[in-house]
Amino acid sequence: MPEVGQENFEPRLVAFCCHYCAFAAADLAGVLRLKYPSNVRIIRLPCTGKLDALYLLKAFEVGVDGVMVAGCLEGSCHFISGNLRAKKRVQATQELLKRIGIEQERLEFFNLSSAQGNRFAQIAHEMTLRVRALGPLHHAALAANPAAVAKGSG
Amino acid sequence: MIVADQKPLEEILQMLASYKRVLVLGCQSCVAVCMAGGEKEVGIMASAIRLARRQQGRDVEIVEGAAKRQCDDEFNEPFAGTIEKQEAVLSLACGVGVNKLSERFALPILPALNTRFFGEVERQGVWTEVCAGCGQCILHLTGGICPIARCAKNLLNGPCGGVRDDGTCEVKPDLQCAWILIYNRLQQLNRLDYLAEIMPAKDWSADRAGGGPRKRVREDMML
Ligand code: SF4
Ligand code: SF4
Repeated sequence: MPEVGQENFEPRLVAFCCHYCAFAAADLAGVLRLKYPSNVRIIRLPCTGKLDALYLLKAFEVGVDGVMVAGCLEGSCHFISGNLRAKKRVQATQELLKRIGIEQERLEFFNLSSAQGNRFAQIAHEMTLRVRALGPLHHAALAANPAAVAKGSG
Repeated sequence: MIVADQKPLEEILQMLASYKRVLVLGCQSCVAVCMAGGEKEVGIMASAIRLARRQQGRDVEIVEGAAKRQCDDEFNEPFAGTIEKQEAVLSLACGVGVNKLSERFALPILPALNTRFFGEVERQGVWTEVCAGCGQCILHLTGGICPIARCAKNLLNGPCGGVRDDGTCEVKPDLQCAWILIYNRLQQLNRLDYLAEIMPAKDWSADRAGGGPRKRVREDMML
């Protein structure tokens, strides 16, 4: 599936981050001056338990190439089980993506703590590499009908 | 409530293959409670269809909506103008909603759900069949527990010989024997004497044996 020029392709990524861990970890990564891809956009959730399948699909609909969801380490959720629920919702949405015809690897759930600024930078790198290898979303569609995609990608 | 499941997305995409303008219409009652066809599911379904069609390189215009109850014309009427502009409607209501819309509108009304049973919310995310709609209720004699819906053999004078020592059913190990539940409940109500009576065979003509659909008429309520 990857085609010419993809090594230069900068994937657009969205990270849905829990306020108590991943969001703080991303902040820490900044404070530590750790480098991570600038194309990762962070959306803060009060807890990953707030996550909804619709947020994930909408992100892909508006033209994002990959989505990461980052919640607290298991057993450390501020609201006891928000991260466990989010993980299940991500799994269900991965199933749905497969049915839609989108690689489920474009969506991933991660656990980390607020102290893991370096891990945040690392997963941002990992996701960027992974999605770069997959190529832009709507790649196949673009080849089949460029007009449709241009219109739909908002 | 009526409990339903969503059809696999592939089947829905297949149904919609030849249409470019579609209303995805949910129902805010039963199927919203069983999380199959309420407003939220409409949003997810519409988004999934748009993404899938974009992947296929084929445009689709989707309008989203949800009626209070799709089984009632008056709640569908506000959507009439929108419906008439579509090539098809994908209904996320139970089969009653699909029938109702099909009677009223000239375009194809496609079912996004498989309608399953009358159920209760057992706990968040789990719905269980507890009434079979057989048309001749005996719940006053069985402590409010329906053996037609809940006994694997629909027995009227149970339990059968297959009930296990732990009170589960021989047919399914995770199923509580309906007749043990009925026994315990009648004991609690101090009405074990009900069990001494042999329950006569049901009049199954009240079920579907009368041929064709069942109907309820109340002259005093008709206009
Ligand atoms: S259309 Fe079906 S799901 Fe909706 S309220 Fe009526 S019976 Fe319930
Ligand atoms: S064990 Fe109980 S529930 Fe199962 S078939 Fe026999 S009577 Fe019915």
